[in-house]
Amino acid sequence: MRRLWIGLTVAVFSFLLIIPVIRIAMGAFDAGWSGFAQGLARPETLHALYMTGLIVVIVTVVNTLFGVMLSLYLVRASWLGKRLKQLLNSIVDLPFAVSPVIGGLMIVLLLGPETALGALFNKAGVDIVYALPGMIIATLFVTFPLIVREVMPVLQEIGSAQEEAAATLGASAWTTFWRVTWPSIRWCVVYGVVLTVARAMGEFGAVLVVSGNILFKTQTATTLVYQDVENFNLTAANSIALVLAAGSVTLLLLMEWAKSRREVH
Amino acid sequence: MSSMLQGRWWSWGFRSTVMLYFIVLIIFPIIGIYGQSFSSGWAAFAENITEPLAWKAVLLTVKLALIATVVNMLIGTMSAWVLIRYRFPGRRLLNSLVDLPFALPTAVAGLMILLLLGPNSPVGELAEKLGFTILFHQPAIVIAMVFVTFPFVIRAVQPLLEEMDASEEEAAYTLGATKATTFWRVILPNMLPGILSGAMLAFSRALAEFGAVVLVAGNIPGKTLIASVYIFGEIESDNAIGATAVSVLLLTFSFLILWTVNYVQMRRKNG
Repeated sequence: MRRLWIGLTVAVFSFLLIIPVIRIAMGAFDAGWSGFAQGLARPETLHALYMTGLIVVIVTVVNTLFGVMLSLYLVRASWLGKRLKQLLNSIVDLPFAVSPVIGGLMIVLLLGPETALGALFNKAGVDIVYALPGMIIATLFVTFPLIVREVMPVLQEIGSAQEEAAATLGASAWTTFWRVTWPSIRWCVVYGVVLTVARAMGEFGAVLVVSGNILFKTQTATTLVYQDVENFNLTAANSIALVLAAGSVTLLLLMEWAKSRREVH
Repeated sequence: MSSMLQGRWWSWGFRSTVMLYFIVLIIFPIIGIYGQSFSSGWAAFAENITEPLAWKAVLLTVKLALIATVVNMLIGTMSAWVLIRYRFPGRRLLNSLVDLPFALPTAVAGLMILLLLGPNSPVGELAEKLGFTILFHQPAIVIAMVFVTFPFVIRAVQPLLEEMDASEEEAAYTLGATKATTFWRVILPNMLPGILSGAMLAFSRALAEFGAVVLVAGNIPGKTLIASVYIFGEIESDNAIGATAVSVLLLTFSFLILWTVNYVQMRRKNG
């Protein structure tokens, strides 16, 4: 029995996870090393990877800051009523339930060139939709819950006794946060950040709708993969996919590391 | 005194910024899409919602997502069980691989399935011989959904198995229960909450999936056109009202699932 279950599980993992990754790697080198290099060295690939990198950095920084602060407020703040906290708490998860395409559509509907807000920004010389700001907003929306969901349970678990003690002893809010709260939540923040990076790097649906997938302007790595597949340029698609998959595996290792650190503390 | 005032101003500033960010980023867009869908009146909304193609797309999505969820409940429960209860070489590696679908861009996942199951691949050829095609048909969509939702059930069941008290199981054996009876009467009921909440999350994610599916589905209306791809098509052809109508339908459905999961989890924590 035992052998059978282990064998079945290994088979499921192999077919679902391991073989597909190997297949991508093989596909990238279908035309040898030069095919792989050519796929990557195309100017559109470099631009797309640059866009993805830019979005990942901005989104991660913004959502880490706001995510940690919002978790603190939702757990600790006395100026929010209990009911209101519960309501806000259930709203945090909404982006998980929203299909990425719908997330993109929401932003187009609110800030698109034909809307009042969009026209206003357009007059000010800033394009939101079909430009970088819209893509950043879309990714912010999609990745928003990740950090909050990691940090909130820990804050609840450690309780506020130590923080109150620090405050009683005359520490400022700032000192209390860095010396008391931060050490106990930092590995969860790191874990949330890794999840955010992974999601921001891989976001496809929302970005595709908002960006319009314009070559050399708003194309990201994932939307370029999509376009290459549609154009039957499979070797190039595989090369970019392999780079993204390598990034994912690195992130996966980071996740494992953050998880092990989190358990220690 | 002045420093106190300053501190107060700071905290006020922080509070309002964070709350404003939250409301503008999350709540506005959602209200916006519901508002937009009814902006041309009930008649237009009803017309778009009763569009047969839209309904077919939504129903097809629900059907395929259900199949994917059931598959995940089975292989997810089995994998969680094996990864927690058995020791074998490679166990740690497999355990860290579980999260791969979360870390991998969905478009890359779609490409993987495209390559593995295409008509030129061994699997594709085998299926062809047996008389059916996978790629661009419903099986490919289900496989894509299973792939992207794979971690949910496993990650929900594992902690329950770890926490489970060994004495219950031992008591069952001591009382003469067979392995099968113990599993059905003692172990499974313990895992069930995790299986269900993981399945709900997997289901709502499968309903929403776009990236992995768009590359492997044939997108034939009524047969392989799922809701998110339908919405994308409507956006591409500039039919914003049609897109919002289906979006509202899908969103409401997903919200209901999400809140049910939250409610069940809260009751379990409190109870």
